[in-house]
Amino acid sequence: MASELMLEVAAGDITDDGPLFGPEGIGLDSVDALQLVVAIEKHFKLKISDQTKAREILHSVDSIAKAIEEAGLG
Amino acid sequence: MSDQRRILITGANGVLGCVVARHFLERDPDCRVFLGVREKRDDAEALASCHAGRAFLCPLEVTRADDWQEAVARIEAEAGPLSVLVNNAGCHDDALLAHMTGGQWARVLDANLNAVFLGCQAALQPMLRERWGRIINIASLSALHPPAGQTNYAAAKAGVIGLTQSLAKETARLGITVNALCPGHIEGAPPAGWSVEQLQAARRQTPMRRFARPEEIAAVVFFLASREASYMTGAALKLDGALV
Repeated sequence: MASELMLEVAAGDITDDGPLFGPEGIGLDSVDALQLVVAIEKHFKLKISDQTKAREILHSVDSIAKAIEEAGLG
Repeated sequence: MSDQRRILITGANGVLGCVVARHFLERDPDCRVFLGVREKRDDAEALASCHAGRAFLCPLEVTRADDWQEAVARIEAEAGPLSVLVNNAGCHDDALLAHMTGGQWARVLDANLNAVFLGCQAALQPMLRERWGRIINIASLSALHPPAGQTNYAAAKAGVIGLTQSLAKETARLGITVNALCPGHIEGAPPAGWSVEQLQAARRQTPMRRFARPEEIAAVVFFLASREASYMTGAALKLDGALV
């Protein structure tokens, strides 16, 4: 994620359960969200087209991993 | 991204569209050019047969979302993901606002602005996947310096600049650049209904004393579509021979 989004934070500084967005997150914005959706589809073949669902899935590293596992794509 | 670019040019049967297409075909032997056309397609057909195997007709009504989806899918199936979109199609229907019908307003907004929205949205799908893309929107000098009688056209083209600059921010980190060109008068594509005298007067008012040659606009499109133009995005370039 850190390299895909060209983040200034190191991969090790991103916690699995911490929020990715919002003031308590690591500062991702809506463009990062778009990038994440594209990257998840590219690497894990998980298509996220519903916006409400996208918000839930992209909440944290854990929620992304869970969605990939639940889709049987992990 | 592979070296081969897939380029879609709308309004490819018009003077500027044809010249832009030819510019790509003559300067980039690897590119594949898709010529967006409607019913009128004689010039685009001639160009496609001159460059068989590299230039293809692409039936496309730019105001219809389904047509865009089909065109982008077809390009991907036949040649690979779309890499360059030139939104060149457009139309005028000039009238003073006091006399302008709702139909005139809506048609011009639809063809010049809504079509650009639909095109950008369709083109973004393959470009996001490839993390590379070039979108060039042909706006107009009328967007920056609107003449009387063009409230519909000027509003639509100003909208294209706004769309371009906002979208450029959205895609700046994704390898996709979005720029707008604002040409003034173009030789060979005079405004409908203008007399010879009006055209002569317009040339006299231009500090260069002439209109742009279509090739001069095409050269800028070609640059904006290149790898070298990677840091240029969100621009609205005025190409008017210093008219304003």
